[in-house]
Amino acid sequence: MGRREAHYLPAGLPAPDLTGIDRPFWEAAGRGELLVQTCGDCDAPQWPPEEICAACHSTNRAWRAANGRGTVFSWSRIWHPVHPALTDHGPYIAVVVRLDDLPVLMLGNLLGDSAQPVTVGDAVEAAYEDHGPYGLVQWRRP
Amino acid sequence: MAEYGINGKVAIAGIGETRYYRRGASPVSEFLLVCEAVKRAADDAGLDVREIDGFASYSNDRTDPTRLAAALGCREITFANMFWGGGGGGCAGAVGNAAAALVAGYSRYVVAYRGLAQGQFGRFGQARPSASVPAPMSFTAPYGVFTPAQHIALRTRTFMHRYGLSQEPLAGIALASYGHAQRNPRAVMYGRPLTREDYDNSRWIAEPFHLFDCCQENDGAAAVIITTTERARDLRQRPVNVMSAAQGSETGFSLVAPTEVSFGSANFGGMARRLYAAAGIGPQDVDVAQVYENFTGGTLMSMVEHGLCGPEEAEAFCTVENLTAPHGKMPLNTSGGNLAECYMHGLELVVEAARQIRGTSTAQVPGAKIALVAGGPVTAPISDLLLSVS
Repeated sequence: MGRREAHYLPAGLPAPDLTGIDRPFWEAAGRGELLVQTCGDCDAPQWPPEEICAACHSTNRAWRAANGRGTVFSWSRIWHPVHPALTDHGPYIAVVVRLDDLPVLMLGNLLGDSAQPVTVGDAVEAAYEDHGPYGLVQWRRP
Repeated sequence: MAEYGINGKVAIAGIGETRYYRRGASPVSEFLLVCEAVKRAADDAGLDVREIDGFASYSNDRTDPTRLAAALGCREITFANMFWGGGGGGCAGAVGNAAAALVAGYSRYVVAYRGLAQGQFGRFGQARPSASVPAPMSFTAPYGVFTPAQHIALRTRTFMHRYGLSQEPLAGIALASYGHAQRNPRAVMYGRPLTREDYDNSRWIAEPFHLFDCCQENDGAAAVIITTTERARDLRQRPVNVMSAAQGSETGFSLVAPTEVSFGSANFGGMARRLYAAAGIGPQDVDVAQVYENFTGGTLMSMVEHGLCGPEEAEAFCTVENLTAPHGKMPLNTSGGNLAECYMHGLELVVEAARQIRGTSTAQVPGAKIALVAGGPVTAPISDLLLSVS
């Protein structure tokens, strides 16, 4: 179970819809766990989640816990607010992280100072924001 | 000529555009803008607009071809076609689909059109507030990542890191487009030159994109009439040959979903190879390029994937001098394009490519024989076009 973090961005941004096949991911994040979809038959990882396995076409879906460590694959410091909840908030950092133990990219925010320098290849680890019915997977320096 | 290709069989016979406006400045409806652009394209071709029987568009254009055909008095609809996907991914593809319909004999005169009044409908650069969002948006929106600028900034950063590129090529692309717009009275940014200092001092939107790395938001419409080469010869203009058209995507490529294939690529790798192979030419044969710029990073990656320069070379190649007509090594977006002429979702790039082949651009490349149009990078599906002297 990961540590719970204060919310990085202001309230009012859209929540993930919890009626789709990805619901277990969001619920697990709320518990401080990082789950990745795998095939229930051939065990192939699949991200983003899909109804059918691209490797064997099975529709048996399963979930596997990732170790929560990864490296920055890309990043952007975002300045221009495009959502009312972000007006006057100031810059924030989005990172795309490649997980160390599964061939999967995930997008989140890099916690900490929004002015911090970021470089592709930086090591990060998952952090979790509790939003009640769901959690967000965020990233912080180890 | 490939037996199943389109080279030599199909031509652009007419081009038409409305006046281009800043977002919200159109005095008439989006529908009337489209009507006007189509009529102008028919007039340019010397064709009675009622002869148009095929309709091709993209990006879920709001002007339904049945309404358009009825409003213009067209006699029959033989082809009504929508290219999947958003933004400018289909600007070349709509022409490619029109070409396919003509070669198949479905239609006689096909119009490819796009109307866009962002002042009357939603803006592409703003999030639409909602309580919850489904996948794949749910993997980005809760983290404040909504818009194409943000998604493409992330996809560009990977490319820049991989090949050791700085801000320089992005600046070169933006400045070349604004420079060309100063020679084009139709351009919304005509009379508004951009200096390197302006570029550097402009605010960040999403790093590595400054304000001037981003397209405009506009009102307007554009249209292109495509017909068989044989019919085009009987019309007013010298036909512009459609050498080849390609469309598609790498499997798994997404503007939104964080898939590895989507990072560090404009999504033209396989498509550019198919495009050149179908035309029987290579990138060294291209005289002038219209490469879609939603954001300069997408243009940069598209240029590399079309072989206009190597990835490591891009730093030195993408200078204002090299990208500016008439004497640059690869004149780029010679009307000002989406950045500085008008964001007409790239159909203005098709129109400009046709002008270059006709020899009538305001930033003409002397003797241009082959023009490339690359439509809508860093999304899926997207499309390509090669035009040539007939």
